[in-house]
Amino acid sequence: MRLRRSMLYVPGNSPSMIQNAHIYGADSILLDLEDSVPLEEKDAARELVRMALSYLNFEDVEVTVRINPLDTAFGVDDLHAVALPMLDAVRLPKASCPEDVKRLSDLLTEIEEENGLERGRIHIHPMIETAVGVENAFLIARASERVDAITIGGQDLTADMGVVKTEEGVELLYPRMRVVMAAKAAGIDALDTVYADVNDAEGLKKEALMVKRLGFTGKAAIHPNQIGVINGVFSPSEEEVEEALRIVKASLLASKEGKGVVVVDGKMVDLPVVKRAKRILMLAGVDFDV
Amino acid sequence: MPLQVKRIAEAGSLESGDLLVVVAPSEGVSIEVTSSVERQFGDRIRQIVSEVIQSMSVSGVSVKIQDRGALDYVIMARLITALRRSFEDEAA
Repeated sequence: MRLRRSMLYVPGNSPSMIQNAHIYGADSILLDLEDSVPLEEKDAARELVRMALSYLNFEDVEVTVRINPLDTAFGVDDLHAVALPMLDAVRLPKASCPEDVKRLSDLLTEIEEENGLERGRIHIHPMIETAVGVENAFLIARASERVDAITIGGQDLTADMGVVKTEEGVELLYPRMRVVMAAKAAGIDALDTVYADVNDAEGLKKEALMVKRLGFTGKAAIHPNQIGVINGVFSPSEEEVEEALRIVKASLLASKEGKGVVVVDGKMVDLPVVKRAKRILMLAGVDFDV
Repeated sequence: MPLQVKRIAEAGSLESGDLLVVVAPSEGVSIEVTSSVERQFGDRIRQIVSEVIQSMSVSGVSVKIQDRGALDYVIMARLITALRRSFEDEAA
């Protein structure tokens, strides 16, 4: 299981930001060819990202690229340029229906075959940022085996809904819940949208805690100074780890003794709770197989 | 068949870590590099430029580079972009 708490957006036409992207502690980096690149620089950014993926070493950080939508003049060229061994996942903006994901998946299969890459190795992270996309979230999450995370894009989505994105985010509550449930049902990660005010660490923490409660497993960052806060929120707390250890130990003991029921602190614990506890220990890097 | 530089084109920027490449039609190949690290890296930059020009089979081009401490992959990417832009007709 890959740790994917924070994902740092990096403008795809900025060499200094690209080559330093992996040093700030983000679990994933997201080299962006879409919104952060002006139309007249799309060719330059595509070539720069292609060369970066060919020659740089991002160590064990997950490397993703946000391509332009496939129905633009740039999307398919983007994909051909960046589908390289270094690439872990493609972020697909404005995914509105399962066919969008299937088309990308088919293109990736073709390119992987052309380039002699292992088939199915490059994952897809669909970005839900249209009202139709929200309603189709589960179908999108299940559209291809390549999809291992689904994300929500707050700015474009609120624009599509005809509402304003607010600090408290009430307008995004339903879309977030819908996307989270789709991710849970599909067994994949749910990543939240960016928090735009890079100087407001308190506001970022508040929003990250809120979306964690909803079930999100990580959140995008637009500045390196947001990564620490996001990683902190999405890492299990000491209390969570201690409780998870008690649950997993009790479950191991119960199965050793042939008991069907797991009891922790006098309370019966169901299997999904044991599963969640194991996930918490994995996130915390605690070896529980003892 | 060698690719032809049809017009003046540029790519990159003068931001730190980047470089500005300007290519123009020319009889032969000429390379001019301005860099604060010219003494250490001037030859390396010229070598990368020559390799890219050869690999893209470009016959006549003048390349002018203002370097801001770009790494090799940036030099290659910006030059390739400038050359591709220069292959297009003015109207494109």
